[in-house]
Amino acid sequence: DLPTAEEAYNFFTFNFDPEPQQQPRRKKRHSRRREAEEEGEGESGEEDEEKEEEEGEEEGELEGEDDEDLFIIDQSAQDFLEVKRAEYIGYSRRLQRERETLFVPSMRPVPASSKLPENVRPRYLEEEGLYVGERPPVCLTNQNILENRILKQAEGRKWFGDDGCIIALPDPINESSSRPPLFHLEDELDPALQAVYRKALKTKHVNLYITGMGDPQADYQLDVDASGLIFSHHPLFSREHVLAARLAQLYDQHLTRQHKNLTRLLTDKVTQKCANKTKLPALSQVTQQRIAEYKQEVRHTRQLRDVEQEKDRALLKSIIRVWKELKALRDFQRFTNTPFKLFIRREKVDREQDEQEFENDIIAEVSELEAEAEEDYQRKMSEYRRQHEEWKSWKRKQKKQKKKRQQEEEEEDEESEEELGEEPEKPEPPEKPDMGDLEEQVREKAARIHRKPGEPVLIPELTVSGPVTPNEQCPRAEFARREDVAKRALFIKVLYNDKEVSRTDSRTLNMDFRVHFGQIFNLKIVNWPESIKLQVFESVGSSSSLLAEVCVPVPESSILTGSAPFEEMEFSSNQRVTFNHEGVGSGVPFSFEADGTNTQTLLTSGKLSWKLSCCVSWAVGEDDVPLAPPSSQPGGGMYSGLRQMDAIACIGASGLNDMKKLGKWAAESRLDPNDPSNASIMQLLSVVSGGDVAVPEYFRLEQLQEEFNFLTDEELHRCRRFRLLRLRSQEVPEFRHFKCVPSMEREISEKVFQDYEKRLKEGEIIDTKEHIDAHRALVAKYLQRVRESVINRFLIAKHHFILSDVVSEDEVPSIGLLGWNLFKLAEPKRPLKPRRKERKKVTAQNLSDGDIKLLVNIIRGYDIPIRRPYASKPPVSAKSGRSFAEPFTAPVSSHTPQQGSEWPFGQPLIRPFVEVSFQRSVLQTSTADGPNPCWNEEIVLPFSAPNGDYSSTSLQSVRDEVFINIFDEVLYDVVEDERERGNTIHTRIERHWLGSIKIPFSTIYLQSRIDGTFKVSTPPVLLGYSKERSLGSEGGYDAVRSRSEGTFLSLFITIEPQLVPGDTIREKFDSQEGERLLIASEVFEKEASGRFPDRPCLTTVIDINGKAVFVTRFIRPLTPPQELLDAFPNGPQETAELVARYVSLVPFLPDSVSFAGVCDLWSTCDQFLTLLAGDEEEHAVLLCNYFLSMGKGAWLIIGVAIPEVSDKPLSQSHINKTEGGKSQISVGEIMETHQWKSFEMDVKTLYFCMEPISGFPLHLPFSEIRPIIEAVHSTGVHKVEAPNVEFALAVYVHPYPGNVLSVWVYIASLVSAR
Amino acid sequence: MTSNNPAVFLLMVNGQIEAADFPEYDDLYCKYCFVYGHDWAPTSGLEEGISQITSKGRGSQSLVWNFPLDITFKSTNPFGWPQIVVSVYGPDTFGNDVVRGYGAIHIPFTPGKHTKTIPMFVPESTSRLQKFTSWLMGRCPEFTDPKVVAQGEGREVTRVRSQGFVTLQFNIVTKDMKKLGYETTSEHSAATGLTRTSQNM
Repeated sequence: DLPTAEEAYNFFTFNFDPEPQQQPRRKKRHSRRREAEEEGEGESGEEDEEKEEEEGEEEGELEGEDDEDLFIIDQSAQDFLEVKRAEYIGYSRRLQRERETLFVPSMRPVPASSKLPENVRPRYLEEEGLYVGERPPVCLTNQNILENRILKQAEGRKWFGDDGCIIALPDPINESSSRPPLFHLEDELDPALQAVYRKALKTKHVNLYITGMGDPQADYQLDVDASGLIFSHHPLFSREHVLAARLAQLYDQHLTRQHKNLTRLLTDKVTQKCANKTKLPALSQVTQQRIAEYKQEVRHTRQLRDVEQEKDRALLKSIIRVWKELKALRDFQRFTNTPFKLFIRREKVDREQDEQEFENDIIAEVSELEAEAEEDYQRKMSEYRRQHEEWKSWKRKQKKQKKKRQQEEEEEDEESEEELGEEPEKPEPPEKPDMGDLEEQVREKAARIHRKPGEPVLIPELTVSGPVTPNEQCPRAEFARREDVAKRALFIKVLYNDKEVSRTDSRTLNMDFRVHFGQIFNLKIVNWPESIKLQVFESVGSSSSLLAEVCVPVPESSILTGSAPFEEMEFSSNQRVTFNHEGVGSGVPFSFEADGTNTQTLLTSGKLSWKLSCCVSWAVGEDDVPLAPPSSQPGGGMYSGLRQMDAIACIGASGLNDMKKLGKWAAESRLDPNDPSNASIMQLLSVVSGGDVAVPEYFRLEQLQEEFNFLTDEELHRCRRFRLLRLRSQEVPEFRHFKCVPSMEREISEKVFQDYEKRLKEGEIIDTKEHIDAHRALVAKYLQRVRESVINRFLIAKHHFILSDVVSEDEVPSIGLLGWNLFKLAEPKRPLKPRRKERKKVTAQNLSDGDIKLLVNIIRGYDIPIRRPYASKPPVSAKSGRSFAEPFTAPVSSHTPQQGSEWPFGQPLIRPFVEVSFQRSVLQTSTADGPNPCWNEEIVLPFSAPNGDYSSTSLQSVRDEVFINIFDEVLYDVVEDERERGNTIHTRIERHWLGSIKIPFSTIYLQSRIDGTFKVSTPPVLLGYSKERSLGSEGGYDAVRSRSEGTFLSLFITIEPQLVPGDTIREKFDSQEGERLLIASEVFEKEASGRFPDRPCLTTVIDINGKAVFVTRFIRPLTPPQELLDAFPNGPQETAELVARYVSLVPFLPDSVSFAGVCDLWSTCDQFLTLLAGDEEEHAVLLCNYFLSMGKGAWLIIGVAIPEVSDKPLSQSHINKTEGGKSQISVGEIMETHQWKSFEMDVKTLYFCMEPISGFPLHLPFSEIRPIIEAVHSTGVHKVEAPNVEFALAVYVHPYPGNVLSVWVYIASLVSAR
Repeated sequence: MTSNNPAVFLLMVNGQIEAADFPEYDDLYCKYCFVYGHDWAPTSGLEEGISQITSKGRGSQSLVWNFPLDITFKSTNPFGWPQIVVSVYGPDTFGNDVVRGYGAIHIPFTPGKHTKTIPMFVPESTSRLQKFTSWLMGRCPEFTDPKVVAQGEGREVTRVRSQGFVTLQFNIVTKDMKKLGYETTSEHSAATGLTRTSQNM
């Protein structure tokens, strides 16, 4: 209830009268009230009620007080004022009071229970999978305060949702404004608010902005290159300058004319057309017409040419005239202002030829003219004849009429006279054209426009090399002019859309009135270019005046800075300038002549030269994008898009839309293609007709993909070099070590791939030719495939590294090792029996042929077979092969006959030597004596790796073997004449093979050294030798010998320098065994190797599929073939031996050779017997399985050996020795050796008279032919060089079940005894 | 050899292993070797070398070898561009020769003089105990082949510690690279700048 304005006015203007009765009462009431309040504060409880009560009291009191007021009328002011002490309310008290009155919501979170109805658990919609929007972020304290506050209010709980949180919208902002709509639709709107439709208008300025085209980021730049200014007239020109300018102008004209060379062109045209005309056969109507056309054309062109020629000549003349004037002027004024100088070069011409040409020309023209004149005459004549005929007929008629008239004068026939009308004039016969006159005319014309024949051709050359008179030597007036010139300076303003955007530096005017600016202005523009103007200003001192203004056309958007040509613009001004010095001024007449005649008036003019780029080119952005705005033509949006592929725009003719029309026009107007001015159009037309500029109508998704394919896929596959590289990186065996792939495709021949492709093609075809039977071929193929697949597997596995492959790190030494090391310190420094020390290993790198040597140390042999004594003609024996040639041996040999007679006591039992052959190098030891020789010789053999590749993988796959053969050296005395025996020695050496040892190189490489005593594989029977134990016992070595029967050889083989064998045995193959089994086996292996560090322990092995298999899976009882069991029905020992022999006859194929770089592969017995080839472990497993099935206790013992030296257990270490395996050989041998006996008998019966016989049987398991041949070859039987030696050979193959074959080769060499 | 259609290109490298920066060690020597692809073959020069032992000068921290390199390769294919592998060795506290760092870097492609610094690293022992024993026995873990550091294969199984730097200087001359179509210098270096007064508005 605010007071009204009137009341307020009254209130303020009211003169308050004191109201004495009211005031004290109010005071009192106030004080009382305060007291009451103070009292109230004491009781905290029902305050409000008390207040109300007080109110009530007050009312009552007020009524009572009214009475009191009557007595206090004249009380002083002091009575009205009450002075009281300032009352202090204690802080805690105040707080208490405030707490009573004020409610401060707590900031602590509200317990959920209080927010929800009783016994209701909060329900979270989110957990139930419903979507709950994200609540607007609110500070937690604020939320707590709010919640507390709401809870205080009545029905506060309704603000809380089921989850005990305040109900909140995810987004508190309404999606649409909630302003109430105006519901006045049915009502008539206020006419003032009525909407009026106006058509949308484009503002004028919108179009001005290029960016309005929809590309806000566009960056447009206009380059204005103001290069220079050349005045063709300037007020400060002297007279000489005027002439010089004229001369220069004329010369320019001359140059341009010469450049165009119209005259020559037209002349050519004339001659060509004439030629054409004569060529055309004048037969048909069409050609007739064509000839007429030609004639017409020729005449026309000739006229043109004449005009041009005349112009040329006139120009030349005027140039010369101006030059003469200039010279005269220079002479006259006695100084030169301009450096111009005209030279006239005379070009000599061949007079005769020239004349000839001239005459020809004239004759041609004359004849043409004559023909024309003749034609004309003929036409006129025909006309005349016709007219004459008419006239004649008229005459005749007249005569007739006259006659008639005379006859019918009287008949008054007057109409006829009227009919005939006037008398026609008698036609004059046309003049016969004067041919002589015609020629005269032509000649006259030619003389006027053509230089005289034989006259040299004049070629003017204008140079600016002439000297200019220096200022000091000039007259005053000229000097003043020059001074004035020097004062002048010029600059150019660039105006864009009538706004000055920049100006050049001002440059002083030169003497030659040329100004060079050479400035480029880059205008970044946002407005459409409408006009570009250049204003030329001349300044004298500080004042400047506008000389001229030049408008420059806005360039096409295809004109870019780099390509824009310079263009010259001419300008002129009509200012009137006069000078009182030599300057001729502008707009004022002046004269060259001293007498003032021949006045001329010139206006200041000049050429402003600029690159078209000056105003006109669009700059090119850094990324070569033209900074030109899109074309502003109507429909330009489409058009500018097309322009990207518009070939025509590229050649500069943008804006030409309708090529077809242009082409049509060009065809119709018979455009001359030879005319240089038409060249660009012709080119354009050829582009249009040739190149298809149509925009493709289809849509391509990745239209630029093809641009980036630098080859099609087929071409890429065909590329031999790429293929070679790819195959190499795939580690295809043929190309794995291919070095230096040629850099050019053409250097790779198809031959490179031949082997590879052949292998791919013949993968399945089995070539049986190389093998004896199909089965072997099959096996070989199968082995090959297994080998490949295993190698592939291995190659993949090789790319997985473990730490020990990369980092070599010492194991943590055990206590025992430390103790051993300590013990070693106490070792004697120089032991009596030195051991071979480990040498430093060399990684196989940087090695070449000859660097690696094989050291074979042959120490001694045991139990070498001794010769059997022969009855007749004992062989002569020399002490040794080496000493044989030495002179001092002669006495020794001299008593050999006695020795021979004393046989067997004097004859040496045997003279063995050892020959080692490796990689085609053969070396031998010296010859020793006796069956237990001691050589102790070192043989050094060179080694070369295949293809010079000394990498470890390559070295592992070396298949070469070291053959160690023992021979007996036998000397035969071949002295014919007994008389010569005293002083001549003539013996023949024969070597008899006794046995051999084969050691593969891979074994040596992997073992790094081979040291031990090896059993020599000797043939079971050696003709001429007995295997009896030697006579003398040699004490300590009996122990070695007694182990096994046979011949033994102590060897030490190593490689120098020692090579690090490649990491071969690392089994990283998958397994199909159970995880527990694998772990358990691993534990066992670790434990075992801990206890016996020297012994190998195998738990899993790799089967032929390249999978790790638990080793005992190979051991199962297996029944041997029935034939073997039936052989000795009641001799279990014999049966066992037969079985063992059978197993030993399965060919051996060492793994380390066939699977180079791969660990041992185990094949099952089934696979083994199918393949008929295998390693020791396969043999051992098979034998073990057979024995198991025969009820024998059999174990498989795995040990370390010199790997794969031979199948038999070696003396030093036993591999795969199974129970009963010791006597493998004997039984079968007994069976088969009687074959040998019969062979021997045969030989003996045939050659009983011959002796000595040396021979032996070779026993081999059959795998292929080649190894058998090699084995025979290696015995060196063929090396006997006796003149009448004869050989005997027999082969016996003993079959066993399962395609196992035992091959015996019996060889004997016999020397005929004559 | 000046035919217009060369079959190979040549890369001549000379330079030197200038110095090393191993703040903790002294009396070091280094070995170098080259690792290159199948299509590369050295035509002349030494493929590997071993330097003298050098000690730090008084007050200077760098170990200077100035060990010359001089080798020429021929190749038909830039794939497998040669890398130099440098390994540094020196005595430990007990006088055993242990490795102090391995490092490798490609020979620069572009002709001219280049100075390169190779960070060096050594393989770490697999465990603390190993580390202690290797220190005690003077047998630090080494790469089985120093050429491991020039290839990426199998590196994931190792752990290495970085240790020092070696500075090398190369002078490179190539022949016939361009004739075989291999461009090693960039086009931009030949770009010329135009001088023009420019005024932007």
